[in-house]
Formats: sequence, structure tokens, C-alpha cells
Amino acid sequence: MPAQSHSASQIDLQAPKTVLSAEDMARVLDRIAHQILEKTRGGDGVVLMGIPTRGTFLAQRLADRVATFAGVRVGLGAIDITMYRDDLRSQAFRPLAETREPAGGLDGKLVILVDDVLFSGRTVRAALDAIADLGRPRAVQLAVLVDRGHRELPIRADYVGKNLPTSVQQQVKVRMLERDGSDAVTIVGPAEFEEGHGE
Amino acid sequence: MSVSIGRHLLSSQDLNNETAVALLDTAARLDAAMTGREVKKLPTLRGRTVVNLFYEDSTRTRTSFELAAKRLSADVVNFSAKGSSVSKGESLKDTALTLQAMGSDAVVIRHHLSGAPRRLATWIEGSVINAGDGTHEHPTQALLDAFTMRRRLRDGEGDLKGLRVVVVGDVLHSRVARSNVRLLRTLGAEVVLVAPPTLLPVGVAEWPCEVSYDLDSALPGADVVMMLRVQRERMTASYFPSAREYSRRYGLDAARLAKCEEHTLVMHPGPMNRGMEISAEVADDPRRSVITEQVTNGVSVRMAVLYMLLSGEGVANE
Repeated sequence: MPAQSHSASQIDLQAPKTVLSAEDMARVLDRIAHQILEKTRGGDGVVLMGIPTRGTFLAQRLADRVATFAGVRVGLGAIDITMYRDDLRSQAFRPLAETREPAGGLDGKLVILVDDVLFSGRTVRAALDAIADLGRPRAVQLAVLVDRGHRELPIRADYVGKNLPTSVQQQVKVRMLERDGSDAVTIVGPAEFEEGHGE
Repeated sequence: MSVSIGRHLLSSQDLNNETAVALLDTAARLDAAMTGREVKKLPTLRGRTVVNLFYEDSTRTRTSFELAAKRLSADVVNFSAKGSSVSKGESLKDTALTLQAMGSDAVVIRHHLSGAPRRLATWIEGSVINAGDGTHEHPTQALLDAFTMRRRLRDGEGDLKGLRVVVVGDVLHSRVARSNVRLLRTLGAEVVLVAPPTLLPVGVAEWPCEVSYDLDSALPGADVVMMLRVQRERMTASYFPSAREYSRRYGLDAARLAKCEEHTLVMHPGPMNRGMEISAEVADDPRRSVITEQVTNGVSVRMAVLYMLLSGEGVANE
């Protein structure tokens, strides 16, 4: 996609700005883990379903924290939503990621979807469809590291690491140790707007 | 090189190593996603139409494509030459234009003439998938064979580098052999063709594989023995003295299988002539024969092909 031209009234448009450092991210995840315990009254029947790629790492970290804080082992899984996307016709081939159903399935469980960035809400919409094909949970909630706004569907998160006001042209990039070698959330733009990861 | 697939899948040569591996990876994901789930269906191709255009009899390939398309929520139209306007003399082109006018997104074609899918691809706008054309190619069969080998012998990952595959029998009439030789080479495997001289095509020396007339000397060291069906219906002359003699020299029985390695897999694209190219005992060997597994894997592999070809129309998959 060609770079869109915008008025260069702001300075230093290209430089990535760090909005969450590694320490910030750790604190944010601590808080979400506590909130999950509070809101679900001890994490009983909770299953964390990460949306690949970074959502699965986040789900793992949250599960570890919940175990540390409350001694509860919540269910952990992964749900690939590629085949449920609404833009398959217009996008090039995407490789599939792993779907891992936790032992005991999803029926009657409190499923918490975990993703890195909440943007248009289309990924979450796809994930809800994917969940419905796997089983019938008691309820589905949503946890995200960053909510950057610009929703295109009536979807909201139950647990938000950081609310981040952005312009549509900006890109929010989440780096995670497991994949990218370090933890950080940065914001880039508005040089180029690219759809893809992190919407 | 990178993952790239055009609009059609006409030949194994359409696939480079990365694309073939990506297809196998996708098939593996789909296979894992479909097992043990409540709803055995994905919404990916909702509202798309896949036409099965079969000019030749087929059980497993047509059913397999139909199931693959349906599991991806596509609408499937089955069209066989018998009982259609083809028996009234309609040409392939006119049939193709009719299907085009009805708005098909993909046509899966099996035809008795080599090259028919390629011709078809020039007439219609949708994707064309070759499901076997004459004695030319059958790329999805080669893909499902590669998938089966990879799952059994390579832990389901990467390509097939270093694997030794012996393909035995009626190579002359076999589109399965042609597609396999090309794809297996692309994936890094060594291929040995074993057949009587009369059942080897002209120019086989140019193929990227070894050729032998002697089965017994080819078996030691083989990781996979793939038996081909003797295609009686395509034989217009006598290619060997008798079925019995063929079976003695080129048939796989328990005694021959005993000469193979502990891990050697037995494959057959089906339908089998039991007692001819393969003995019933070997075909039903639960440890070595993966013939029914090939059929199962066919559905996942064809889902992957449909998904890859039909995602991102009009987008260059660079």
C-alpha cells in the first residue's frame, strides 16, 4: 500500500514512540491477572484462549500470574481465527496458526479471549465465531493489552491493559520476548497505514 | 523464493519448495483443527461455488474434493460426463463457458485427455484445479502422498530432504508417478522408478530420478514404496506377458516387504488390484501400509489447496 500523504504539521512523524516499556507491560499484566481473579471470583472455570501470535503469549503469561497470585491453574488454549476472517477474499494467502483446545473443552466454561491490540474489533468477531464452533462456553470475555480505539463493530474489552488514543494512520506495534526478543509497545506513524497484525 | 501460488493448480511444477511446504503446513493445521471439534466446518469459503467436473470415473478424488469444499462451507456442484450434455456431444469449451456463466469460483477437473485442465484455464475466470488429466498429472495426489510421508517419517514438519521413495509399476500411464516425481524432487526427496521397460515412458531418462527394472535391488534403503495401479483400461497393447509374471517381478508381497527397512511405508494411490501389484496381506498390514491414511489426508490437503487458491483473488501472492 502506498504511503498516504498527510499534512506534516506534527514533528517527527516517523519516530516510534514507546508507550509501554517492559516494566510497564509486566505491571499491566499483573493488574489484569488480579482483575481476572476479582471479576471471576477466584478464576473458577476460567479458560484463557489466546489469539495467535502474541495473544497466545499473553494468555500464557496471564495464566502463570494467576497461578502465582492465587494458586489456581486456569485452562489455557489458543484459537486461530484466520479461517473466520471477513477479508479473506481481499487479502493474500495467510498461513494458519495453531488452535489448541484446553483439556475439558469449552462447554460451560468462562472463556477469556486474549489478544494484544483491540482495533476494529473484527478479529474478536472472528474469534467469537470460532469459539462457537468449538463449544458452548458459559460466557466469553475479552482481555487486551492495548485498546487503540476505532471500533468498526459493537465490541468492547472486559480487561484493558492500556487505553491508547491513536489516529487511524498510526500503527501500534507490540513486541514480546517470546517472539521478538524484548517486551515493548510502540506507536509509529502516521507515515503508513498497514492492515494486518495488531488490528 | 517465497510462498507463491497462481490462480490455478495444474501441475506439481506450479509449486516451489516454500509453497509446497506452506500447503502441507496449512493442511496439517486444518487437520488438527478439524479433529475433535463440535462443528466440522469452517466458514472460509462461504458463498463460493466449487464445481467438480469429472469426465472420468472416480470415487475417492471426487468425494475427497467434495468433502474438502463442503468443510470450508463452499457450495459444491458435481458434474459428471455421464448424464450431462457431454453425452449429447457438448465440447469442453462450451461446458466450461456454461459453468463460467453460472459463476463458479473454482473448477476441479478430471479428464481423460492430458492437458485438458490447462486448456480449461484459458477459458474461464475462476481457479482450475487438476484432479487428474490423462497420463499427465495429478498434483493433489502427490501433495497428499507427500503429506503422508512427512507426517510418518518427518514428524510433520519441513520438507522431505533425504527421503528415498521407490515408485513401482505402470509409470507409463501414471499421472500419479509424474506428479510425485516432480513434487518429491521439489521437496528434496530422491525418487527411484521401478518398472518393466515397456511401462516406462519415452524420455524417462530426462526425469529427475533414478530408473531401474529390478524391484528387489531397489527395495533395500527405501523409506517409502509406492505401488502404482496397473491401468488395464489404458492399455491398448500387451505390455507384459501375463498378470502372473508381472505380479512375480513387480508385485509387492510379504516376502519382498521383509527385505525393506523396519520403518518403510507402503503406499498406493488406489484403487488397488489386490493380488496384482500388491498382495492383500501387504495392503492390509497395519504397521506399514498407510493406504487408508492417504485417503484421510487427501481431504485436509485439498482443503489447503482450495483455501490457498481462493484466498485473496486479485492479490499478487508475493
